[in-house]
Amino acid sequence: MIDLNTIWFLLIGVLIIGYAILDGFDLGVGVIQLFTKDENERRININAVGPVWDGNEVWLLTGGGALFAAFPIVYATVFSGFYLAFMLLLLFLIFRAVSFEFRKFSETPAEKKRWDMAFALGSTVPALLYGVAIGNLMRGLPVKFVDGKIVSDITFLGLLNPFALLIGLTGFAMFVMHGAIYLTMKTTDQHQERMIKWANNSWIVFVSLYVISTVVSLFVAKYLFDGILKNPLFWILFLLLLGSMIYIPVGLKSRKFGWSFFASSAMITSVIGLLAVSLYPRLVPSSINLDEFSLTVYNASSTQYTLQTMLIIALIGMPIVIGYTIYIYRVFKGKVIITQDSY
Amino acid sequence: MDPLLLARLQFALTVGFHFLFPPLTIGLAWMLVIIEAIGWKKKDEVYAKIGKFFGKVLGLIFAVGVASGIVMEFQFGTNWSEYSKFVGDIFGAPLAAEGVFAFFLESTFLGLYILGRERVSKGVHWFSILMVAIGSTISAFWILVANSWQQTPAGYILQNNRAELVDFWAAVFNPSTLPRFFHTLGASMISGAFLMMGISAYWLIKKINFEIAIRSMRFAVIFGLIFSILEVFPFGHEHAKQVARTQPEKFAAIQGLYTTQEGAPLAIFAIPGTEPPKLHFPIEIPGLLSWLAFGDINAKIKGINEFPQDEIPPLFLTFVSYHNMVLLGIYFIFITILSFYLMRKNKLFENQKILKVLMYSTPLPLIASQLGWISAEVGRQPWIVYKLMKTKDAVSVTVGTGELIFSILMFIVIYILLLSIFLKLLFNWVKKGPEKIKVEVAQ
Ligand code: HDD
Ligand code: HEM
Ligand code: HEM
Repeated sequence: MIDLNTIWFLLIGVLIIGYAILDGFDLGVGVIQLFTKDENERRININAVGPVWDGNEVWLLTGGGALFAAFPIVYATVFSGFYLAFMLLLLFLIFRAVSFEFRKFSETPAEKKRWDMAFALGSTVPALLYGVAIGNLMRGLPVKFVDGKIVSDITFLGLLNPFALLIGLTGFAMFVMHGAIYLTMKTTDQHQERMIKWANNSWIVFVSLYVISTVVSLFVAKYLFDGILKNPLFWILFLLLLGSMIYIPVGLKSRKFGWSFFASSAMITSVIGLLAVSLYPRLVPSSINLDEFSLTVYNASSTQYTLQTMLIIALIGMPIVIGYTIYIYRVFKGKVIITQDSY
Repeated sequence: MDPLLLARLQFALTVGFHFLFPPLTIGLAWMLVIIEAIGWKKKDEVYAKIGKFFGKVLGLIFAVGVASGIVMEFQFGTNWSEYSKFVGDIFGAPLAAEGVFAFFLESTFLGLYILGRERVSKGVHWFSILMVAIGSTISAFWILVANSWQQTPAGYILQNNRAELVDFWAAVFNPSTLPRFFHTLGASMISGAFLMMGISAYWLIKKINFEIAIRSMRFAVIFGLIFSILEVFPFGHEHAKQVARTQPEKFAAIQGLYTTQEGAPLAIFAIPGTEPPKLHFPIEIPGLLSWLAFGDINAKIKGINEFPQDEIPPLFLTFVSYHNMVLLGIYFIFITILSFYLMRKNKLFENQKILKVLMYSTPLPLIASQLGWISAEVGRQPWIVYKLMKTKDAVSVTVGTGELIFSILMFIVIYILLLSIFLKLLFNWVKKGPEKIKVEVAQ
């Protein structure tokens, strides 16, 4: 039955999905920014995410805090294990975080362009790194228990393997598509047409990479597929994935951009959901001995009392958060309008 | 080089940099809650301009606060993984609560405050700055809960090689949480006030934006005066009393009390020396320390000689940082009272000397805050969790010297870059001034 440990697995999943949907489009817009030459279009792009990106990023911070609280061993093992990769990620997130305000306060076009690029690179590199991290997790990490204590031997170069890079590119394409669809709702005319093209092209890239990744995973991380066909959750998510994936180009063609964005969000949910279903109950699969040494929701968790306390905090706090987040999105709904306060 | 030392250096560097911004965010946000309310309710154009000008300043400060805060959120995992495993059952909860109750609130509403002026009604716009102020204050509360638990752990048992939570509220309201929260909040208000005083002083010296500058100066002086007094008494005093009771080694170190005595003196000035620990050139007031800490001039206070030698903090740094913080606290009271007095006599706004002093005092509350953190955190050594875990056992074992040197250099380079760009943009904005800002007060 569903126990507290499983509930927390689900809640961390919800936080990751919330992050991927919300900050996902910020990252995608950032990648597109890298290829946008027209100064005016760049301004519209950055202002399309300007009012909301910071709230979106908090899903990541809260995810980190929740992982620390619910599964401290995973938080400690993964983050110290991925040390250099993580520092690199922070470097880019720092520059993205300051790019908006620094752009606003800059006076010359050259300076503004510099901060546009900080936003672009600060999104592009994280958009790639998240997938690389997930790829390494899927492959399994060299962790083991020695005398009841967890020992890991993760090296930076070990993280740069072809499989992880493949997953990295897949995630990257997903974020770009999602960002492009978001921009179709925020832009007009020529700019909008270009975004529709971006969305369609990245859809093709994503779908191809996703199929390839799934096939390769069958060889590299076969355990993910064990017994999955018997799991009803798998089928629900799989159907959601197919439905939303197919709808996206249809929706774009009939210019139902809001619905396409909704479908894209549903697709991200099912992609992450499917991975979670196949990982469960593992959080960090061990490449040394999958059955004995993997970190699971049971051997890496906090006490029941802490999980319970945290659940109360989440149940009180998250509905409020979701309430005002929806409100803010409604205030800033529609096409980007440039005012004297804009970035 | 020793990875432990490097990890500590990195933490001190990154958190110290981060803490340049939160006090300004918190202080300025609360000041703007009042200023925007006056601009809105009284349809006062000058206050509306002050609000808009400093609202933009808040956005800039917030951005660097966020950028440096992201680093902090993950550093317990990257650099202090043994610590995270040991305390995760307790320590993670306030961090997660901070995200759920505070970060979402402040970040979401800051977007509305900064960019929504023309999209929502004046009332909703004011509500958004109120939410930013409340959010940043709740954020301070939860992170200080985490820190205070390290200083004075409560509500836990030791089991399964780790500290496990048994009483959530006891852990949250551990003995040092409230003293630390109020003291840090007071420091933030002073920091915000001195920023506004400094900027207004600059305008007055340059004789620009005169009408606006006298109003913002008047407001900031009163705000600063109130909190400068509160910060020392009761906040600082209560905090010191709590340290005397809960962390006697730290208390002895910050006060420079090296031998146990009854009627312990308060050292106003001294230069601490070592081997044996001893104060050179002390200026002391007999009995005052005993009286301040325990309300009795004859109370006995334990000195450093009373504790095991391997459980006492570094003496020089704690004494010097603590005493300079207190000195600055007294200076803030002095300078705000003086400014207030001159203001009442209508002599402040032309007094170039005092205005210059106020302008150059802008960063002093931030320096006092850094000194305060040094006395609190270095004074906790050698423990990372007081009496439960030593700092040396807390560091990530898998992170090597090379990786640490890389990340420290990376942070030094980025932070120098960010700070200089931040200051340049801020100075340009201050030079431009609020006069030409367009505001709309009539409804
Ligand atoms: C007393 C207050 C205080 C203290 C001691 C700290 N912070 Fe902080 N932090 C804030 C007060 C604050 C704030 C007022 O909420 C900030 C500062 C500027 C800002 O924009 O929000 C913030 C921002 C901020 C952010 C970005 C949040 C966002 O995107 O809105 C993170 C992740 C952290 N902090 C995390 C930490 C951690 C892990 C700390 C401990 C080492 C820490 N902070 C010390
Ligand atoms: C923002 C204000 C803060 C400042 C300026 C500050 C300052 C410092 C300094 C100077 C050190 C180095 C001490 C030494 O190694 O001798 C340190 C260490 C540390 N602090 Fe703080 N600190 C702050 C807040 C916090 C908070 C809120 C937490 C926890 C939630 C925290 C946890 C730690 C830890 C884990 C270390 C490393 C281990 C150690 O050296 O003790 N600090 N901090
Ligand atoms: C006479 C005035 C003051 C007294 C008696 C006082 C007292 C204290 C004490 C005892 C501590 C150490 C707490 C610990 O070791 O755990 C502390 C820390 C601190 N002080 Fe002060 N303080 C004074 C003025 C100030 C001022 C003016 C500021 C800043 C504007 C400030 C900012 C801080 C900060 C940020 C900390 C670290 C956080 C904390 O532990 O609260 N203090 N103060």
